[in-house]
Amino acid sequence: MATLIGRYVTHQAGSPTLQVSGITVRYNSTLALDDVSFQLAQGERVAVVGPNGAGKSTLFKVIAGVLHPTKGDVKVYGHGPGGHICIAYVPQRSQVDWSFPVNVVDVVMMGRIGKLGLLRWPGRRDWDYVRQCLAVVGMEHLASRQIGELSGGQQQRVFIARALAQEAELMLMDEPLTGLDVTSQEGIFRIMEELRRRNVTVMVATHDLNLAAEHFDRLMLLNHQLVGFGHPDEVFTSERLMQAYGGHMRLIQTSEGQMALSDTCCGKGHHPQ
Amino acid sequence: MNSLLHWVLDPLAYPFMVRGMLAAVTVGIVCATVGTYVVLRGMAFFGDALAHALLPGVAVGYLIGGGAQRPLFWWGMLTAVLTSIGIGFLTRGKRIKEDTAIGVFFAGMFALGIALISTVHNYTVDLTHFLFGNVLGVSQADLWLTAIFGGLIILIVLAFYKEFLVLSFDPILASTLRLPHGLLHYLLLALIAIAIVVSLQTVGVALMVAMLVTPAATAYLLTRRLPVMMLIGAAAGAISAVGGLYLSYYVNVASGAAIVLVCTFLFILAFLFAPSRGLFRSFTQRRRA
Repeated sequence: MATLIGRYVTHQAGSPTLQVSGITVRYNSTLALDDVSFQLAQGERVAVVGPNGAGKSTLFKVIAGVLHPTKGDVKVYGHGPGGHICIAYVPQRSQVDWSFPVNVVDVVMMGRIGKLGLLRWPGRRDWDYVRQCLAVVGMEHLASRQIGELSGGQQQRVFIARALAQEAELMLMDEPLTGLDVTSQEGIFRIMEELRRRNVTVMVATHDLNLAAEHFDRLMLLNHQLVGFGHPDEVFTSERLMQAYGGHMRLIQTSEGQMALSDTCCGKGHHPQ
Repeated sequence: MNSLLHWVLDPLAYPFMVRGMLAAVTVGIVCATVGTYVVLRGMAFFGDALAHALLPGVAVGYLIGGGAQRPLFWWGMLTAVLTSIGIGFLTRGKRIKEDTAIGVFFAGMFALGIALISTVHNYTVDLTHFLFGNVLGVSQADLWLTAIFGGLIILIVLAFYKEFLVLSFDPILASTLRLPHGLLHYLLLALIAIAIVVSLQTVGVALMVAMLVTPAATAYLLTRRLPVMMLIGAAAGAISAVGGLYLSYYVNVASGAAIVLVCTFLFILAFLFAPSRGLFRSFTQRRRA
């Protein structure tokens, strides 16, 4: 209800960007997340990997303050997520209604609404800000396109621009790389470099273990429990991968080392709301 | 030329036709505006259910007032607001699926309404008015109520335009921006409910959902911007109201049904010939490909 008066919590100096302590989420009788704890520093870029239904989306929703955990708590800059508007959740493309009658600028302007407050219309400064955000992701020239007419990579960039318009300091991206060609994926990684320059902390859920190992500071291996969290060498051990993926993964010895073949997603990904 | 003018002006010589026309146009515009969200959020079934669930409330007012028209509006209003909150509450617990809950609830309420009205001797005429509307019976006072509440609905939709937009497009964003989304959701349900009550006399309970859904759905086929969709929807609603009443006057068919028929006709035109989403366009595109 904080928004009715338009006041949000301030960031506590010296506290970590994100502190997750003992998060457990239970839907009826199934355990989506089981006692997950970790900490992130400002500007870090972390990949979250794990099989379908491992609880990646659930974890993001709890961090964003959209879903309340059964047990445990989340602190963002020292406060619970519910008081912040600096946390952006970038949805999976499959979760968006692309036929909705809005164009690119409309979607990015949605990010400004938290700053605008009730009963106020966006002014010239907000429009300028939105244009700048579109420039950062290289989408200015498509500002008046209907969102359904964009390519997958462009759609993803619009939603990142929206998170920028929100002035988010913690971005949670749900499968932003899935279904994109290599060029579009590189485009997204270039934007992530810019986000790092702006000290934005980024968590990315992905199925692609190679991309995860190449482009991120730390990896989180999740399968309801936190199986591993750290640098790729520490996390991608055969023991841990087997623990996370079980029968869905084959480990093969080749002349160049060990190769992991995993289920590369999707379609049946079942994410409880 | 002269005869065309006569054709247009003749019906307007009757004050009840003018009042009916004004009421129907207001209803057309208001319903299409609210209906935009009904269409975009897939709440057509909810709207239909809500309209039917009003019947017992109106029936109680009818029994208590001994057939007087005036209090019915307020009885309808009370029932509408209670019902929309009731449905919202019932479906929050997730113990039963939303459409199941709505189905059970609305059929039950509708039956209760018919049962109540049927206790009165010679009830059929009044029941017909509740079910299918009686736009030519609109009084001056009814017209004022329609205008005031219709205006109020449009004001609220404009005031919370960006919040309703975010809530409909991306509820998770609404949540991370810390919008009071529970409150906004109930506000939208209440607006739909009030729009239904305002329209009760024009098209009645049974055809109500058409006024909410059809003009907005027509507009959806013709544009890709939300504000434009609301404008086109409002225009389609208003045109249906006027066209329907002329149709009713000259062909001598029930007015509520005539309005809905014109509305449906406009939808079919858009469905076939819309520039980008129409059937005709996709057919020619396939031929070219």
